[in-house]
Amino acid sequence: MRTQDTHPTRTAWLVVAGLLAFMLLLAGCGGSSDNNENGEELTKVDKGEGQVDLISWAGYVEPEWSKPFEEKTGCKVNNKVAGTSDEMVSLMRTGQYDGVSASGNATARLVEGGDVAPVNVSLVPNYKTIFSDLKNQPYNTFEGVHYGIPHGRGANLLMWNTNDVKPAPKSWGVILNPKEAAKYKGKISAYDDPIYIADAAVYLKMHEPKLGIENPYELNEEQFEAAVNLLKEQRPFVGEYWSEAAKQISAFAGGDNAVGTTWQYQYFELKGAGKPVAASPASQGFLPEEGATGWSDTWMISSSAKHPNCMYMWMNWVVSPKVNAEIAEFFGEAPAQTLACEHTANPNFCKEYHAEEPAFWKRVYYWQTPLADCDNGSSDCKDYNDWVQAWTSIKG
Amino acid sequence: MSRRLANLFHGRPHLQVGALLAGPIGWLVIGYLGSLLVLLIAAFWTVDPLSGEVIRGLSFENIETLVNEPVYRTIIGRTVLIAALVTVTDAVLAFPIAFYMAKVASRRGKAVLVVAVLLPLWSSYLVKVYSWRTMLGAGGVINWALAPLGLHGPGFGNTAVWLVMSYLWLPYMILPIYAGLERIPGSLISASEDLGASPFTTFRRVILPLAFPAVVAGSIFTFALTLGDYITPRLVSNNQFIGNVIFNNISNNLPFASALALVPIVVMVAYLLVARRLGAFEHI
Repeated sequence: MRTQDTHPTRTAWLVVAGLLAFMLLLAGCGGSSDNNENGEELTKVDKGEGQVDLISWAGYVEPEWSKPFEEKTGCKVNNKVAGTSDEMVSLMRTGQYDGVSASGNATARLVEGGDVAPVNVSLVPNYKTIFSDLKNQPYNTFEGVHYGIPHGRGANLLMWNTNDVKPAPKSWGVILNPKEAAKYKGKISAYDDPIYIADAAVYLKMHEPKLGIENPYELNEEQFEAAVNLLKEQRPFVGEYWSEAAKQISAFAGGDNAVGTTWQYQYFELKGAGKPVAASPASQGFLPEEGATGWSDTWMISSSAKHPNCMYMWMNWVVSPKVNAEIAEFFGEAPAQTLACEHTANPNFCKEYHAEEPAFWKRVYYWQTPLADCDNGSSDCKDYNDWVQAWTSIKG
Repeated sequence: MSRRLANLFHGRPHLQVGALLAGPIGWLVIGYLGSLLVLLIAAFWTVDPLSGEVIRGLSFENIETLVNEPVYRTIIGRTVLIAALVTVTDAVLAFPIAFYMAKVASRRGKAVLVVAVLLPLWSSYLVKVYSWRTMLGAGGVINWALAPLGLHGPGFGNTAVWLVMSYLWLPYMILPIYAGLERIPGSLISASEDLGASPFTTFRRVILPLAFPAVVAGSIFTFALTLGDYITPRLVSNNQFIGNVIFNNISNNLPFASALALVPIVVMVAYLLVARRLGAFEHI
């Protein structure tokens, strides 16, 4: 009996050992082959491949404009909505998608990682009429090579409950200056992401000129330290850090939070539900005095795109005047396409969103990936890893 | 074909067992242990600060950061402490319920209670956490109920995390204890009474020692589930758990996220070793 019992055990061990060896072999092979270079630019857009797989922000790919695209090109649109830039980067790294609507705090990471390919803008006819201050920006053009098609832009908002916060704040100081923020202890809402450190840098750029902050995403040791310390001082007054829009909406609707940084999506939702909220600058026509962080999103094509022709057609479609106007109005952002302003349902839309005023956008600091390489040539800036670590220590 | 296959296996017990086990063991080794192994190895890699690419080489940088930065010690301490509190709370709440289910309730009452315990597991985790969020909020039902007494609810914070987690994982504690108590023969309790033991003594000297391994088994669930959760802390507090920091690092610094993921593994292995000494696995 006993000898028979030990044999299956030995067999099992043999199976385990064999499988382990097999796995290590697989791991060894995998390691050498995933070093792909950035894909080649397309030279000509051919017939579509029948489908296109996208990653996008909520509200960027809606049936109102994706259905007509499918009918026109025969490319079926499969969309995956991502909640954060980090999520977009990890999804793109799977190589299973053709393109992504990346914000500036994801683009550099995608380019550095070889996850996206250069875009041949001559194959995107609508690119010509895109606002020129959106072209050749550090978050969509790298070493003179275009990596995407600008889609739309906006500024992050300061939102407040009009019953609790009087008079209407004109500066981020209401949540970032410790003296003023103390008044709203436990009622402040802050964005739960390392990129929020840039909001503190924007505030310091104006109020602590000695620090010499130029770009809030390129901070040296001293500037970074100051921004992080400001947020550490803010920490005890923060009622809630939000990362999901739904969480912030419920906090404002239930009266837990009274003032904080937000996106127009939450503002529109709360406004639509009849809550007493006001915000800058969505359609109100002003920015807080310091300016604001914001976003300028770019459609990028994957370096391992399986449907590049459909992707090129999609990139051209989203910046075509009518569609770009539709998206901008649906989402609540300024369109990237100059000709879109003639097609908006609200004739004043472009005016309200300052789409055609470059001076307004000079004070909006679009999200950008913090890199060690600063623009001024030195490499003593804090990189995104440092930002993530600092964010952990701010929240504690 | 099938005949040749049958002939091949005939009289070869090793081959039979091997073919039978290859699938499940393959899953266990490659899919489960394999990914753990990769995680373990990745913890010793680093990320190149300029390109963001993973450098595959042995380095203790991540472990050093974990040990030297006080913020990580705070976060690990907080996570383990709340996991322990949730476990104790659930054990205290679950025991009487499980005891009533196993030894007192009628057959019908038992069925009703089992369904009542299982029912919360049928609804989505997020729905439950968001409901708690609404209840704990400034204008929520808890503050409303406490207002006439001149009291305030706990609001959002560690207390809220403790409350919500205790609620979420309670069924995972009740069910093992119920199963453990079911197995204790009624005759043992009668015998104890016949020998003159008071109900309390019977509980302390007969029921508790026999049911204790079941409590430990349940505590493995509640402890591990709390240790790994990151959504509840995000929704009802501003405080970070180990899982939140892993989540924040996963896309830009996978090696550091892996290093952090080792912490719950080490804690759980220690916990399981203690649990084994306490006899939690004797009846498996």
